[in-house]
Amino acid sequence: MFAFIASRILQAVPVLLAVGLIAFALFAYVGDPVTIILGQDATDAQRRALAHDLGLDRPFFVQYAHYLWSAAQGDFGISLRLAQPVSALIAERLPATLELAVTASVLAFAVGVPMGVHAGIHRDSFVSRLFMVVSLIGVSLPTFVLGILLILVFSVSLNWLPSFGRGPVVAVGSWWTTGFTSWAGIRALILPAVTLGLFQMTLIMRLVRSEMLEVLRTDYIRFARARGLTDRAIHFSHALKNTLVPVITIIGLQFGGIVAFSLVTETVFQWPGMGLLLVQSVVSADIPVMSAYLLLIALLFVAINLTVDLLYFCVDPRLRALGRRAETRGR
Amino acid sequence: MTLLSVRDLVVEIPSRRGLARPIDGVSFDIEKGEILGIVGESGAGKSLTGAAITGLLPNPGRIAGGMVLFDGNRIDDLPATRMRRLRGRRIGMIFQDPLTTLDPLFTVGQQLVETMRTHLPLSDTAARTRARDWLDRVGIPAANRRIDAYPHEFSGGQRQRVVIALALCAEPDLLIADEPTTALDVSVQAHIIALLRALARERGTAVMLITHDMGVIAEIADRVAVMYAGRIVEIGPVDAVIRHPTHPYTDGLMGTIPSVARRLDRLRQIDGSMPRPNGTRDAMPVGCAFHPRCPKVFDRCRQERPVLHTAGASLVACWLA
Repeated sequence: MFAFIASRILQAVPVLLAVGLIAFALFAYVGDPVTIILGQDATDAQRRALAHDLGLDRPFFVQYAHYLWSAAQGDFGISLRLAQPVSALIAERLPATLELAVTASVLAFAVGVPMGVHAGIHRDSFVSRLFMVVSLIGVSLPTFVLGILLILVFSVSLNWLPSFGRGPVVAVGSWWTTGFTSWAGIRALILPAVTLGLFQMTLIMRLVRSEMLEVLRTDYIRFARARGLTDRAIHFSHALKNTLVPVITIIGLQFGGIVAFSLVTETVFQWPGMGLLLVQSVVSADIPVMSAYLLLIALLFVAINLTVDLLYFCVDPRLRALGRRAETRGR
Repeated sequence: MTLLSVRDLVVEIPSRRGLARPIDGVSFDIEKGEILGIVGESGAGKSLTGAAITGLLPNPGRIAGGMVLFDGNRIDDLPATRMRRLRGRRIGMIFQDPLTTLDPLFTVGQQLVETMRTHLPLSDTAARTRARDWLDRVGIPAANRRIDAYPHEFSGGQRQRVVIALALCAEPDLLIADEPTTALDVSVQAHIIALLRALARERGTAVMLITHDMGVIAEIADRVAVMYAGRIVEIGPVDAVIRHPTHPYTDGLMGTIPSVARRLDRLRQIDGSMPRPNGTRDAMPVGCAFHPRCPKVFDRCRQERPVLHTAGASLVACWLA
């Protein structure tokens, strides 16, 4: 098990190095910081002096190594737009995005799995057909359209929920902030979370349904029926557990997607998260923020993939056996 | 004492092409503690008969006629919940392929405990003790340790032993074994058959053994029923049916068994193939379903369908018997 984790982390290193290279290349090829700082009229001597001060006259790979070293210590430079350390900016925005993404994912899972199980068991019932039609809409409706529609209905017409912002937040610990402590904060979370989670929910539902249909045809389910087990045990213990491996994969990968691409939802709802920060940074070519975001998302995907792999181990004993074998071979 | 009594069972499967009748008027009895073999080629309706008895017909199949009596009570029209309580508890089942019959994500112990606790008032610890005893009884070495192993950690033969333990652990009166040895190595088959026979005899469990292997039938069954195209064509004591087959189909079936003693240049076979009751009008011949392949066919066979009648110790559906 330990060897497996270690090997996965080692495999992640080249990925992060490559992404780091791209993030670093942004600095080198998008704009010239010397010109940006000194303006058009500076003399060559001034330019060389500043380039030397900034370390820009050093070889490319030395600069790259320096960049990586700083990034590993959490130093991503100073935002060009806001003149604040990038790490502080991200730390300020990260809780908002993660809270939104986790809420959306939990919602998608908590609603999508039962819907999928139902649609898989009673495949021809009216409710199942309804689920399938609704899910088709959910899969095909673009996020920004859905967000605007929800605002139109629930904020403008019905005036039930706020249309933008995060509501009041409370600081927890040194840098985390949460909107969960107040009713207003939770209300502000509902529309963005639904907007962000609906696509995942329908995806999960359709996936669970098709997996259930598949599993319910297997011999071990037939044998479970022959053993006289209750429908409840057959459907929720045996069938559902056997559908989980592909569902975990999709949920895991989708979670990365939710965080990385929450920028549309965050823009629609003016949610003060990383996505909104990124959109604003792109508009003003704030390269340190953009490259830090890139690295962070890469790190997130690597972490999620590792988590998904570890979850497989919990669910499927056959993989545990494979893992053990790989480990003994490794030694 | 009659334990299971199947009377004029008809199973229909509606399909786009029409109404198929894979089982068309099957009747037989199984006595308490008796082993009845059911033979026939693929598609003859053997497995469907087993599925119909336990209420596990694949959708959209349904029992369209006749009845099933178990221990004196009609069970073919039971509501789903009561039928479920019967399955496992009074009627156990074993399927062909032990590699796919066990849920891969649960240990064999968990599956045994789950089955027993569904049917019997047992505590978790008591069920676990019994599960260990069962693994021991079906010949799993080191049952104490293996109880926490997953199905993939067992060999094919061992898995079928586990399946047998699962089918018998709630102590049913009848075991329906559907091709229990077909998927196994020949060397393992004999062990599984011996185990089945020993457990059935020891507990007085009746067995309905579905197979296309005449050798297995000869070894363990008391009586045998030969099925052809959804009907029973001959049923009687094993010795009588095997030594003196009356129905030309049974005779042909016996002839196809290769013998080590007699060297033949060619393996014998019955010419032609069994009609499929798939709903098309011309699929089932008029009269005796076997007549297009029968070497002894005469006019009456092409017009009238023979019914089972006594011929020696057996019942045979043939105009010549």
